Amino acid sequence: MANAAAMSAGSAPSSNTGGAHSHAAPPKIVAAAPPRELERYPLVLNNRPLNWITERIAGVCEKPMPVWWWPAFIASFGGMMMMFGLVAYLIATGVGVWGLNQPAAWAWDITNFVFWIGIGHAGTLISAVLCLLRQKWRTAINRAAEAMTLFAVACAGIFPVVHTGRVWMALWWLPPIPNNMAIWPQFRSPLLWDVFAVSTYGTVSLLFWYTGLVPDLATLRDRATCKIKRLLYGFFSLGWTGSNRNWSNYEKAYLILAGLSTPLVLSVHSIVSFDFAVSQVPGWHTTIFPPYFVAGAIFSGFGMVLTLMIPMRTLFHLEDIITVKHVELMCKVILATGSMVGYAYGMEFFIAWYGGSPYELYAFKNRAFGPYWWAYWSMITCNVISPHLFWSKTIRTNVVLVWIIAGFVNVGMWFERFVIIVTSIHRDYLPSSWGYFTPTWVDVFTFVGSFGLFMTLFLLFIRYLPAIAISEVKAVTPQADPHHPLGGAKEHHH
Amino acid sequence: MSATQTRPVGLLAQYETPADLLHAALEVRDAGYRQWDVYSPFPIHGMDAAMGLKNSKVGYFTFAGGITGFFSGMLMIWFMNKFDYPIVVGGKPLFTPLFAFPVSYELTILLGAFGTLFGMAFLNRLPKLYNPLFNVERFRRVTDDKFFVYIEAIDPKYSAESTRSLLEKTGATAIEVVED
Repeated sequence: MANAAAMSAGSAPSSNTGGAHSHAAPPKIVAAAPPRELERYPLVLNNRPLNWITERIAGVCEKPMPVWWWPAFIASFGGMMMMFGLVAYLIATGVGVWGLNQPAAWAWDITNFVFWIGIGHAGTLISAVLCLLRQKWRTAINRAAEAMTLFAVACAGIFPVVHTGRVWMALWWLPPIPNNMAIWPQFRSPLLWDVFAVSTYGTVSLLFWYTGLVPDLATLRDRATCKIKRLLYGFFSLGWTGSNRNWSNYEKAYLILAGLSTPLVLSVHSIVSFDFAVSQVPGWHTTIFPPYFVAGAIFSGFGMVLTLMIPMRTLFHLEDIITVKHVELMCKVILATGSMVGYAYGMEFFIAWYGGSPYELYAFKNRAFGPYWWAYWSMITCNVISPHLFWSKTIRTNVVLVWIIAGFVNVGMWFERFVIIVTSIHRDYLPSSWGYFTPTWVDVFTFVGSFGLFMTLFLLFIRYLPAIAISEVKAVTPQADPHHPLGGAKEHHH
Repeated sequence: MSATQTRPVGLLAQYETPADLLHAALEVRDAGYRQWDVYSPFPIHGMDAAMGLKNSKVGYFTFAGGITGFFSGMLMIWFMNKFDYPIVVGGKPLFTPLFAFPVSYELTILLGAFGTLFGMAFLNRLPKLYNPLFNVERFRRVTDDKFFVYIEAIDPKYSAESTRSLLEKTGATAIEVVED
């Protein structure tokens, strides 16, 4: 290699690890850049200075929105209002306006619930699990992914609440309050666990997201040009100054929140899967569900992250911060979790045969070759075949292709939930009660409208809040490293 | 009333790079100051050690929150399903920690997270919407790309001249008196 000579010349001062962790001894300042082969790929391209990062990210929500923002917002807002209108129609008329009925009493509503809650999981995975694993590339995408989590949980929460029909009764069966007979909710039911899991998930995601936002809100406060902005950003940034005594507690709190969110994210979709797995229905009653649901959730969540981030980085010219390398790494997560999902599909079939239960085997044969065969094979095409295209680096680094494949992942994961829910219950033990579920127009447009809610919230988020974690992106640049020449380290310093 | 009296409350020194800031922090700490702090747009690796800070105490608040969450979950379920209105459902026991676990686990995390956030806010004395540093125009860039050391006048070692000369020696690019 051409750089070999320069590299070996620059690698003279070796480790500075000794004593760096005891607070009594001041750390040695080593002034040489790491040898070229040990230099990580840059997380911000073109060696952008710190001020450029501030200007570029804060600029997105400080400048007027580009022309496309308004039509996109109006369309999303219209979709959201359509959904609320249809929910009002449902509540006023009854659940009969949807296509579900015995034997398929759970259909699009619960499919949509699991679909949306699964999408949320990528945000928490990126912010929490990748934080614990010291994956520094997460900093470019964690803020928007966490926002996506919150908005997806908001969409998810609507469906199980309204599918009960009489939502005004929710006060009695969601929080633990005794009913008119003084009977308490019973905690042996996974449905009640789910209430606690999803509401904890929503709350903790909000806390985590807000904690991350505080230093960036201070940036917006300090750059604000009008009084209202300064007051609002100032209020929500709590008077943050960037004091190191504060950073010290803040970093610890952030790490602990990551440590709390990691078991949380794994538990939430496990508990969602208990809604099915704890029942006796063939096709649902399997122990593979918790890990299989968690892998599927991360798979679908990364699909949605890519669906949102790829247009965002292009439209706001953030290519130096959300680089092709970031896109490629996300594709690898999709490849890994997609392979787990594919494995789970195969293992389910194997166990259905190997377990020796004729009902279980029938449920699976019916899934693939019964009346819903089209849903099953759509799922297989999208979830099992499409992620394996990411073995190719050419495809992983082509953002247009990645965006298209991520779309297939989103579609496939919706079909997965539909397949699991509807094909398992539309034919139960008694052939005389078999049925075939067809959605009504209310089903379809309520689901379409939930995308309106999701996109409305996301577009408002881009408009008013920094969509990328400014302080975290800065912290992973060499300019932020006091031991790197770009961070000001000098020869013979100290 | 109208002419608000201002008085100097400390000295603020500006630096251009994290390495200069780290170096300055070592000097200020070694000079024996106690009422001082450094300010940066992002946390700087090694700064806690350079300032002589101890490990953050946030974890105690998390632990208190988590323990409270777990046991209040267990107690709530025991009270509702076993004590106050026992109903046998599906022949299952009225209370065991097993079926009570998922909800208690979620409450552990929920209250642990609240403990973490409120503990961090308490330790950092936030929210604190007024700060004399906000009167300094150049301090606005602390959330952008500038680095600062602030030594408060209440520090026993503080003196307008010697503190200033210490900060000058550490390579500050600007030194300003902060007034309140």
